[in-house]
Amino acid sequence: MSTSKFGDYGGQYVPEALMPAIEELTDAYERYVLNNEDGFIDEFRQRMRDFGGRPTPLQYAEQLSARYDTDVYLKREDLLHGGAHKLNNALGQVLLAKYMGKERIIAETGAGQHGTATAMAAAHLDMPCVIYMGETDIARQRPNVFRIRINGAEVNPVTTGRGTLKEAISETMRDWATTVENTHYVIGSVVGPAPFPSMVRDFQALISEEAREQIQEQAGTLPDAVLACAGGGSNTMGTFHHFVDDSAVDLYAVEAGGSSLSVDEEAGVAPNSASLSTGEEGVLHGARTKVLQDTDGQIMESHSVSAGLDYAGVGPELAHLVDSGRVDPVNVDDDVALEAFHRLSQDEGVIPALETAHAFGYLEEHHDELGDTVVVNVSGRGDKDLETVIEETMERDLSIAPDMSIFREVGGGAL
Amino acid sequence: MSLEASFADEPAFVPYLAAGDPDYESSLAYVEALARGGADAIELGLPFSEPIAEGSTIQEAIVRALEAGMTVDRYFEFVADLDVDVPLVCMTYYNLIYQYGDEQGPRPFVRKAAEVGLSGFVVPDLPAEEAGPLRDACDEFGLDLVFIVAPTTEGERLERMREQVSGYVYVQARLGTTGARDEVSDYTERSLARIEDWDVPKAVGFGIKSGDHAERIVSAGADGIIVGSALVDIVAEGHENDDATEEVAQRLEDKARELKQGALRGAGDRPRVE
Ligand SMILES: Cc1ncc(COP(=O)(O)O)c(C=O)c1O
Repeated sequence: MSTSKFGDYGGQYVPEALMPAIEELTDAYERYVLNNEDGFIDEFRQRMRDFGGRPTPLQYAEQLSARYDTDVYLKREDLLHGGAHKLNNALGQVLLAKYMGKERIIAETGAGQHGTATAMAAAHLDMPCVIYMGETDIARQRPNVFRIRINGAEVNPVTTGRGTLKEAISETMRDWATTVENTHYVIGSVVGPAPFPSMVRDFQALISEEAREQIQEQAGTLPDAVLACAGGGSNTMGTFHHFVDDSAVDLYAVEAGGSSLSVDEEAGVAPNSASLSTGEEGVLHGARTKVLQDTDGQIMESHSVSAGLDYAGVGPELAHLVDSGRVDPVNVDDDVALEAFHRLSQDEGVIPALETAHAFGYLEEHHDELGDTVVVNVSGRGDKDLETVIEETMERDLSIAPDMSIFREVGGGAL
Repeated sequence: MSLEASFADEPAFVPYLAAGDPDYESSLAYVEALARGGADAIELGLPFSEPIAEGSTIQEAIVRALEAGMTVDRYFEFVADLDVDVPLVCMTYYNLIYQYGDEQGPRPFVRKAAEVGLSGFVVPDLPAEEAGPLRDACDEFGLDLVFIVAPTTEGERLERMREQVSGYVYVQARLGTTGARDEVSDYTERSLARIEDWDVPKAVGFGIKSGDHAERIVSAGADGIIVGSALVDIVAEGHENDDATEEVAQRLEDKARELKQGALRGAGDRPRVE
């Protein structure tokens, strides 16, 4: 089995200084992850149970099911330790780094979710850890920055470019090029050079391994559709993986349509992060994949209401599954995602991450096309997003939102 | 003149600047100053938004150039506008090469590069494993493809590069990213020893900043030196202080001369092997 390419996508477009590390990682991936050498996978599963809280429930959503006249099931990754699917990957990779004899962990983070998960995993496994985070993101994700710090990891601000996720990834790669001999780079999604996209998918695939069994137990059938939001696409591939061979199950990757699907070439900004829906093939951060770029090939800054989806690339395997027709790339805009955030909170008592809310926005708009049984991945909980949600809700006139006047009277930033 | 010929008689001095830093006109003057100062070939950076192999000095140069309006088409004009008679090597990242033109793949970019008179490429995010299509296009249009040998490159990987490299081999003197450093890396000699029997000239880069530095590298066996950040620093400083273009150009020319002289001294310290 080739772990390097997905059709024409994937590969290893990295500086020469990193190639030996990539080869070493490929070897470790094959031995420990694929072949369970030294009981790696057994230990991984046990730690995901005892430390992480797996398995996460598959919950029947009564109100949404009634609303849509469709059986809606929620895969509750928001209940995983840390409040998002991110720990599956972070713990897997930090543990792998230990098996490889590495002494130091580095990682990038955008919204701060992967940074917090990696800091938690590193504390749990007693590894020193440095997180690279763009300045802009540090400013808009302060609680997560603090979570990283209290778990004992360092946060290195990245000041180049616009100071968001793609600059943080580039900077982490630069650190890695200097420190490859003793350091492992825990990449945060199914992106980057091979073997990262396959390896991160395999760690995240616990989601669909459980969900596929749970849905058959609870519904007595496979679902007609599976929905997950997609930024880099790790919760997405994790939720899809064990359903890919079930050709009757439709797979929907829901991207952030942001405020518009167009791009502003002059400013270098895409006010969305819909790389699967609108990106062009290109090479970014070590992989050939679908990329938001201008006609020259310069990479765009992507922007949406959810920082965690804002990435100009996407996992190469997803790009391939989209081209081959197996995965439907769809998107919803900021308004729809925000409404879905409030709806899930009110109707089901589940406050989702804004990233996750995109999947529910698509469900609201297209429920009548999705069949009788639908699984939606709740990739994370929304506590981290509350400040953003207050701001964004006050800017809009959303009938579903709670009355915001208390914030207007007290003034912004009350929380 | 071919790239390899630039190394023929004496140790070559190969400077790097980002094209269009801090603006188109000054940048033309700066590159021409390097040629006057003794450059034997010039690595001319085509700015890419995600320069993962660069340290902060060159990252900032790239940001300045992009903000001043550098694009791929402007870059080709820039090369055509340059009045220098040493070979020019395009240093950039693969996505820009890959996206150019109507046809899929690197061929249109390489054809255009040949048209405007570029001699070759260095592409830091294109390892030998992924380089096939670019190598083929370079062969078709008669351009060279330089590879970077890192301190960690060994065995099979080294062989794969050896099969594809032409022009010169770029010996990366240290791990990490580009940037001027104070000490000479202890990887240089070991790296040179590993590729001792390669036919192409060996140019050492990453961190060289003075004539003495250059001298030591050449006496350790390098056929040439590549210097980027130490020169970009001069451009950056001139830009910050609002110095006149001619003044900054003069500083670059002087620095180039210092580095070239250092390299020449280094060659005096060792027997030239034929
Ligand atoms: C809760 C949540 N869901 C989804 C994502 C998007 O990442 P991916 O597309 O890799 O699943 C993030 C990223 O931060 C996140 O925090």
